[in-house]
Amino acid sequence: MSQSEIVVEAIDVQKKYGDQTVLKGIDFVARRGEVTCILGASGGGKSTFLRCINHLETIDGGELFVDGHLVGYRESNGKLYELKERETADRRSRIGMVFQQFNLFSHMSIQDNLVQPQVLVKKRSAAEAKERAQVLLERVGLADKGRAYPRELSGGQQQRAAIARTLAVDPQLILFDEPTSALDPELVSEVLDVMRDLAASGMTMIVVTHEIGFAREVADQIAFFDGGKLLESAPPQQFLTSPSTDRARNFLRRVLS
Amino acid sequence: MTGSRTVPVASKRRTPTEVVKLKRWGRVIGGAAAAALVVVIIMMFATSRNVDWPVVFDYIGNAAILSGVVVTVELTVLAMVLGTVLGTVIAIMRLSQNPVLRWISSTYVWFVRSIPQLVQILFWYNIALFVPTLGLGPWLTPTNAVITPIVAATLGLGLNEAAYMSEVVRAGILSIDKGQREAAASLGYRPAQLMRHIVLPQAMRVIIPPSSNEVIGMLKATSLVSVIGAADLLTRAQSISSSNFKIIELLFVASLWYIVATTVASIGQHYLEKKYSWSSRPMRRSSRPVVEEQV
Ligand SMILES: Nc1ncnc2c1ncn2[C@@H]1O[C@H](COP(=O)(O)OP(=O)(O)OP(=O)(O)O)[C@@H](O)[C@H]1O
Ligand SMILES: [Mg+2]
Repeated sequence: MSQSEIVVEAIDVQKKYGDQTVLKGIDFVARRGEVTCILGASGGGKSTFLRCINHLETIDGGELFVDGHLVGYRESNGKLYELKERETADRRSRIGMVFQQFNLFSHMSIQDNLVQPQVLVKKRSAAEAKERAQVLLERVGLADKGRAYPRELSGGQQQRAAIARTLAVDPQLILFDEPTSALDPELVSEVLDVMRDLAASGMTMIVVTHEIGFAREVADQIAFFDGGKLLESAPPQQFLTSPSTDRARNFLRRVLS
Repeated sequence: MTGSRTVPVASKRRTPTEVVKLKRWGRVIGGAAAAALVVVIIMMFATSRNVDWPVVFDYIGNAAILSGVVVTVELTVLAMVLGTVLGTVIAIMRLSQNPVLRWISSTYVWFVRSIPQLVQILFWYNIALFVPTLGLGPWLTPTNAVITPIVAATLGLGLNEAAYMSEVVRAGILSIDKGQREAAASLGYRPAQLMRHIVLPQAMRVIIPPSSNEVIGMLKATSLVSVIGAADLLTRAQSISSSNFKIIELLFVASLWYIVATTVASIGQHYLEKKYSWSSRPMRRSSRPVVEEQV
């Protein structure tokens, strides 16, 4: 599996906000079909790194490749061209993103949340999009909620719908930014179950999470962020049982106790 | 800690059998005084020998007055359409990344809001003094042939309105949670799609109430165009009263029609607000059997 093709590759990636450097040279690789869980204390730059991958933020140094393309640029005749808005949008549609706050479109029914992106971004017919929306809603256990509005659903249901919406535009890679952190504890597992199924289906996933159990069970690698650096990257067994840095040991002691 | 133990049994309340309402004398007296005042004022008008009521009723359905009502409504619609479309463009410019666009839009708002509406209307009406011909190359027309009173009025009112509407729309756009934009962007929406399908529809809820105010303000602001003789309601009323000298009566007639128009606009606002109130819909709806609806 570790031989499969590289989907995300970061080389010495840096990101600054003003004069604060929040990513201090990240080297990172994620391969097709792999699940990477990113762990780390608050403020370590985990969200920032995810947002750089789908170009919601622009990096200030280093190189970041997704699917072999430099993020934000198009190569042609040995030159790099900054992407036009339309090209950026195209690239983003291949990278799904699931947010802590779900961010379902609040003025649309759940079904429309899944249909509109397909029509606008994938240029599918409404009928085709509806059919696919229904399939996806069934897949996340919300087949009967198509007509509901986001606020009428529980947090867990909203997050499952948000995952289905992301799937609707057929991403190659899905980024999850603390998908269960805004949920009541009893709703966490229904979302993790959906993510587990997704991982089993071979989806490439990068998941920022505090759910150590999920990481242990599902991740192919764990990346540990701290203070804007990727301090460790290892298979879950190795990372969770014998982390090689003190920071990671301290972090694990705190979250596992 | 164990609070229940310290509560004396006697504190258990008996259900009262009779409710004695508080006598709110202040309210009663205030209400009576206000009502009396209203009655007196109405009587003053109704019984005044200086108001010729039959004339008022005669002119309510007068053809010239009715055509004035039509012009007033037309002008309101035209100026609001111009103001809303241009105002939305200005709001989007104001919020763009491009500093030149931001500067142009804020300067426009500053400039237009600094000049009285009446002055703007007069300016557009007299634009021919400034730009005598319009057109390109061989297609030249005298400006006066294009700038009829209605066109001048629409420009004067609409361009002014755009400055105000842009602020309304901007506030609406700013009210949208950043997460909504990011979700759309990460699904691959282009900026224009994001604005049109996600931001503006959600902003409507914030935009509608103040823009209904703008519509109502506009209905009345159209009366300013009587200075350029645009045949609106007030112009019609005044031209009648200048021949029959029933000044108060015709002002009453005009006022009644303005009241009707603003009332209709307010009712329209109510329905629009309902339509865009998706997020304040009662939760109850979710318990309706959703599967049945899908057939
Ligand atoms: N838009 C921004 N402007 C300025 N500083 C920011 C911005 N976004 C994040 N930061 C800063 O960058 C640092 C990293 O933030 P980031 O959100 O990536 O951390 P995180 O690891 O995701 O933390 P958490 O677990 O709290 O979500 C923090 O110090 C944060 O204050
Ligand atoms: Mg974060």
